Amino acid sequence: MSNLRSLTFDAIIIGGGGSGLRAALELAKSGKKTAVLSKVFPTRSHTVSAQGGITCAIASDDPNDDWRWHMYDTVKGGDYIADQDAAEYMCSEGPKAVFELEHMGLPFSRLDNGRIYQRPFGGQSKNFGEGGQAARTCAAADRTGHALLHTLYQNNLKNNTVFLNEWYAVDLVKNASGDVVGCIAMCIETGEVVHVKSKATVLATGGAGRIYASTTNALINTGDGIGMALRAGFPMQDMEMWQFHPTGIYGAGTLVTEGCRGEGGYLINKDGERFMERYAPNAKDLAGRDVVARSMVMEILEGRGCGEKGDHVFLKLDHLGEEVLGKRLPGIVELSKTFAHVDPAKDPIPVVPTCHYMMGGIPTNIHGQAITMDESGNDHIVNGLFACGEAACVSVHGANRLGGNSLLDLVVFGRAAGMFIEGALNEGIEYLDASESDIEFAMKRITRWNESEGGESIPELKAELQEIMQTSFGVFREEKNMLEGVDKLAKLRERIANAHLPDKSNAFNTARVEALELDNLMEVAEATAIAALERKESRGAHSRYDYPDRDDVNWLKHSLFFPATKELKKRDVNFKPKTVDTFEPKVRTY
Amino acid sequence: MSNLQVSVYRYNPETDSAPYMQEFQVDTKGRDVMVLDVLHMMKEQDSGLAFRRSCREGVCGSDGMNMNGKNGLACITPLSDVVKNNKLVLRPLPGLPVIRDMVVDMGLFYKQYERIQPYLQNDTPAPAIERLQSPEDRDKLDGLYECILCACCSTSCPSFWWNPEKFVGPAGLLQSYRFLADSRDTATRERLSDLEDPFSVFRCRGIMNCVAVCPKGLNPTRAIGKIREMLLADAT
Repeated sequence: MSNLRSLTFDAIIIGGGGSGLRAALELAKSGKKTAVLSKVFPTRSHTVSAQGGITCAIASDDPNDDWRWHMYDTVKGGDYIADQDAAEYMCSEGPKAVFELEHMGLPFSRLDNGRIYQRPFGGQSKNFGEGGQAARTCAAADRTGHALLHTLYQNNLKNNTVFLNEWYAVDLVKNASGDVVGCIAMCIETGEVVHVKSKATVLATGGAGRIYASTTNALINTGDGIGMALRAGFPMQDMEMWQFHPTGIYGAGTLVTEGCRGEGGYLINKDGERFMERYAPNAKDLAGRDVVARSMVMEILEGRGCGEKGDHVFLKLDHLGEEVLGKRLPGIVELSKTFAHVDPAKDPIPVVPTCHYMMGGIPTNIHGQAITMDESGNDHIVNGLFACGEAACVSVHGANRLGGNSLLDLVVFGRAAGMFIEGALNEGIEYLDASESDIEFAMKRITRWNESEGGESIPELKAELQEIMQTSFGVFREEKNMLEGVDKLAKLRERIANAHLPDKSNAFNTARVEALELDNLMEVAEATAIAALERKESRGAHSRYDYPDRDDVNWLKHSLFFPATKELKKRDVNFKPKTVDTFEPKVRTY
Repeated sequence: MSNLQVSVYRYNPETDSAPYMQEFQVDTKGRDVMVLDVLHMMKEQDSGLAFRRSCREGVCGSDGMNMNGKNGLACITPLSDVVKNNKLVLRPLPGLPVIRDMVVDMGLFYKQYERIQPYLQNDTPAPAIERLQSPEDRDKLDGLYECILCACCSTSCPSFWWNPEKFVGPAGLLQSYRFLADSRDTATRERLSDLEDPFSVFRCRGIMNCVAVCPKGLNPTRAIGKIREMLLADAT
């Protein structure tokens, strides 16, 4: 095996989206030998699809805005299993991170006074829920993710970050002590497989929405970092928590930003009724996403859905007028015409709740250090392994993420991980080198695919997996259905282990990449399914017919899925912010 | 309805001595799907078919390609926009080296993007909050910052085909103007002096293929015109 070429870096960042690029920028500025390894050219990462904005108390729309109010909304939005030390860090550091983005050139929309434009988003309040709707989401029209990702890429160019573009990370390499000391990666263009050695390995691989048949996520969102970490034996946190975005375009799954409702749009059923007034009398269409998504499904199930099959509802925007649509929501007008054949200035957009975001992921502290837990429930740092962005579970989103908090999470914790790694490298990091057998272990999977001689086809197995998840682990869940899903997934795992990669060529072999991605989808799906089955309550995005209530006595906890035993354990939620009083769990209404 | 006849460019450097066109029959069940959907259907028939894709909604710029003679994004191009007589011919973006099938080497394209220093430069100390910008000044960036680097424009430009090393090309110049037009950028003079040779900007012949193909509806020719004006004003 030692004929593998090796590349050596101080830090390797796997993933070129918002969090990876923000971490890389910090390290590039510090002069550490850093590389970003991304399976797509960085600006093709899924951050580019974020639309509505980045939520942050920069006190532009309201000069009296306060990051503590944002923190309160975040903790409440997460149905009280967000870690309060992490939410505190994100909301208080947020303004600094947003101003940095602006200084880097991000073309934010502006208010008349020249400050950054902010729009209302779901779950936002002033004065700890007492002061009415806030407008806290900083926006660049409805293309904020695009503007943010390009700005970060540009600033990485400015700072001479090393990019390994169109390289695919296959698996983590652990040494004899269990420290992560790099990864196995493949250059997609040539097929060459190399051993990347690094003192810090950052998983910034984003989400995995492609475990569902219907998702707003890019085709590349296959949970590669989650798969790598699980195969390396590390636990995953809160994987049952998947956000279904209320407004995916019916049939196509493409996202329509919550900013539409922030700008004054609203949802209607087949009778033209603004039904959210019944479910959330105060916040109405700007309640938490989990609340709105469930309300939509209730309308559909009770026969008030729209269209021939009554299986969707409408998002009404025409009353906003062409000027507001053109100025604030130009991308939505485009997407709606392309994918729904509807001009929103004239007709409502057909929408349906669609898988959007993974609240769970690799448990980390606020420095991005990956965490595992021992038999007695004590946390331990995993040496050498870091995660940030959607792949991580810090956890600031708890059981339900607020709109606009994803982009903030990316830049705040990407930056935090970068700063921490810089400090650690300065202090000096020494780990044992990986042995031949350690490397061989990490090569097992790609070797298996390369030697496969027959078996089922990759696209068909992927479609089956997506169908199982869609059917058994959707907006509403119940035991019987989930047990069937878990059972089907167990069989599917066997079949995937024997599936066939027909094309063994080296040059830009996308079939091989898709084979490797399928393994990751399988890991994510299994962790999701078992966590969903075991969490016997309803909280945030996890909603069960058989356990309809939140159970704070037993489940005011993170779930932690351990891959070796496939067991689900509980981990304490942090209720100890450093500078503010704890937000005690309350009944969550909007 | 009969099957769609798709003719697609194939080349695998490991096995093919020369590129060739391969014929596929695709059953779209009469639906007006996107070209990207058709590519996925073909890949189910032949997993070796290589093409790039990511967001599948026209914002990441991965799947720029030539469809029945015109560059565009496969994911937001419905068959009804391009198919004639039930035939669809798919080729990689013209003018760039092919790595495999529909996948081109974008190196030259990215190099020209990097050349224009595509990042905000401001030599004054940053304030504790954001730099202020009036809505009118911000409006000047509309139609510029939205570029997704798909390369549809530059690879449809004859001037870029001839001088890809020396002519920045429509995508790079659009981005160059995005920073020249930004009230927060203070490197105007340096940016212009970097472009004043006969090739970088002035090789644009106003053919306007870039405008015709931009999937985001942007107008690089207009931006190039603005840079020319600035260069000429600067020279006098």
